[in-house]
Amino acid sequence: MSTTQVAERHASLAAGFEELKGRPAFSAGGASEGRIAAFERFSRQGFPTTRDEEWRFTNVAPIAELRLSPAPEAKADSTLVAGLLPLGQDAVTFVLVNGRLSGPLPRLPRGVAVRTIANAEAGDLLPARPEGGTAFTDLNTAFFEDLLVIDIAPKAVIERPIQILHVTVPGADPLLVAPRIVVRAGEASQAMLVETYADAAGDGVALVAPAVDVELAPAAFVDHVKLQRQNNRSFHIATMFVRTGRSSTFTSHAVTVGGRIARNDIVAVLDGEGTEVTLNGLYVGAGDMLVDTHTTINHVQPHCPSHEVYKGILTGRSRAVFNGKIFVHPEAQKTDAKQTNKALLLSDEAQINTKPQLEIFADDVKCTHGAAIGQLDTDALFYLKARGIPERHARNMLIHAFASDVLNGIRLDPVRRTTMALVEGMLELEALEQE
Amino acid sequence: MLLEIKDLRVKAEDKEILKGLDLTVNAGEVHAVMGPNGSGKSTLARVLAGSPGYEVTGGSITYDGKDLLELDPEVRACEGVFMAFQYPIEIAGINNTYFLRTALNSVRKHRGEPELDAVEFMQLVREKAALLEMDQAMLNRSVNEGFSGGEKKRNEIFQMAVLEPKLAILDETDSGLDIDALKIVANGVNSLRSPERSIIVVTHYQRLLNYIVPDFVHVLSGGRIVRSGGRELALELEEKGYGWIEAEMAGARG
Ligand SMILES: Nc1ncnc2c1ncn2[C@@H]1O[C@H](COP(=O)(O)OP(=O)(O)OP(=O)(O)O)[C@@H](O)[C@H]1O
Ligand SMILES: [Mg+2]
Repeated sequence: MSTTQVAERHASLAAGFEELKGRPAFSAGGASEGRIAAFERFSRQGFPTTRDEEWRFTNVAPIAELRLSPAPEAKADSTLVAGLLPLGQDAVTFVLVNGRLSGPLPRLPRGVAVRTIANAEAGDLLPARPEGGTAFTDLNTAFFEDLLVIDIAPKAVIERPIQILHVTVPGADPLLVAPRIVVRAGEASQAMLVETYADAAGDGVALVAPAVDVELAPAAFVDHVKLQRQNNRSFHIATMFVRTGRSSTFTSHAVTVGGRIARNDIVAVLDGEGTEVTLNGLYVGAGDMLVDTHTTINHVQPHCPSHEVYKGILTGRSRAVFNGKIFVHPEAQKTDAKQTNKALLLSDEAQINTKPQLEIFADDVKCTHGAAIGQLDTDALFYLKARGIPERHARNMLIHAFASDVLNGIRLDPVRRTTMALVEGMLELEALEQE
Repeated sequence: MLLEIKDLRVKAEDKEILKGLDLTVNAGEVHAVMGPNGSGKSTLARVLAGSPGYEVTGGSITYDGKDLLELDPEVRACEGVFMAFQYPIEIAGINNTYFLRTALNSVRKHRGEPELDAVEFMQLVREKAALLEMDQAMLNRSVNEGFSGGEKKRNEIFQMAVLEPKLAILDETDSGLDIDALKIVANGVNSLRSPERSIIVVTHYQRLLNYIVPDFVHVLSGGRIVRSGGRELALELEEKGYGWIEAEMAGARG
């Protein structure tokens, strides 16, 4: 494709970008240069193609074909919002509609400070990041019109979970939504975050391209859950950057049950001795969905454990991609990295491409990875049936068991239940009373 | 007659394993099936339970007046067939108690009996767990997950005690059990003995048969029952091995 063709294709985005330049958000906090650079990079390279190694199995042509325009400000119906929030009144709730904070700020617990585009500080807007963004990260940088910065004060233990709901309200044209979250956990602080991505309408087409930055100061503890439940016509291509300081603990559970093409890029840098990172995920693919997970775990300091378990359940003609990179730098002795990747293929046409990628440059380390792809275990199925349990129910029990392995790691009961209910919905499974 | 197997022929992966097996079990009887490794004992047990992976190429199995081979495994279980696996598998993520309650209620539903609620079920479980000296922690774990070999075998008999089958097939339930556990398991099995219930005990050792005393002993060799007798046959086998039977057969043929 020639550059002019690319430019024509992105004409709607270019026009949107020009328009954005006139708005105060564009240059807030001195971000304009960074935005221009990001959009130029995007315009030059365009959307990735399958010739790009990182996108070999994920063809984003259906996204590239859209005439995307930046999402305008919108309001979401309050009943709809209430129904999408996994946590009730106990949580500190933020609702972002089309990437902008909607409504007044919630009452904040002591130790939590929040900023948006209106009062963001210089370091908020273009935070220092580890390498590893994508073209979609550039789009986010170019187009975000608001952001939510959450600062947790040193030593603050935030008992109420923080929930962030992202809702897309569709327009006439397909929308580009660029949500942006920055979390900074101060020394020895503790916080739990739950993000939900959803659509206000079942048929609205949008590209949601979030960028989330999480930074943990020494001994901080952050538990992050992401629930992506967009409609099956929209796209979700997200990047999360995590940097963890000495002796800090970061846990992520990424659950994907929505989107036509859904991709999570997670880049974590274990940037202090004794820091522990867990990246877990569960995705369910149905119909023609494509779910892609790319994770990079960078061990750059000694004595750091990392744990990663990703599980997928695929039906219909859905496809999944899993790429798990673990880099162990020469200084990162005593690294203990464990990666597991499992997928359950419930139909003949479902497919997964999986690639563990361990690159180890230190000698005194423990790194393991395991992958298991297959159908339901016939021996287990027979065992259950041999005790009188009907086939349908036996299958249901085994699928639940497969999923709950990851979901049980979600600490907040209501979030775990909401998630399991969505998984059941996707797979048309009856709920089990076991949980 | 509870079970009648006639001229049963079974193949797995193109290999003929059972080659014309006959066995009749009346209600209330205990039959021991012994025989060398690889002779087809587990195949017989698994075919009775309806395991996939086997092809029945000939013969018939009548159970309680029904054509057993026509029934799906779960229906067989609901009709009272229970096989204790030689190698019970571990199922991560399915709670032992939940599994058993689901199984029992499936069986009860099939029989037209009301399902047990959680309280009633726990009462039953406590009673049966006491019988098999199973501790509560085991019940709360995933099915067989992290169980020792002996604990898995005990869990099989515990399941049997809860499900109260009409025909139980115990495939080498004694292997992996120390003498105390063997007594406990045998005691559990014996508590189920009744005029309506039949048991097929597959074993290599006479030891178990001291505790679960069989009415009949059969020798399965080369895919067929080659000799049947009373419990004294087991003693003879223990002493002399299987060689003499195989030699006699060769003699009879030659
Ligand atoms: N599913 C199968 N596919 C292929 N071969 C099988 C299968 N099941 C059993 N066999 C073979 O059939 C023969 C009989 O096996 P089986 O397990 O029934 O023996 P067994 O009498 O129970 O032996 P053991 O005393 O060692 O338990 C063996 O040679 C075994 O390898
Ligand atoms: Mg056997």
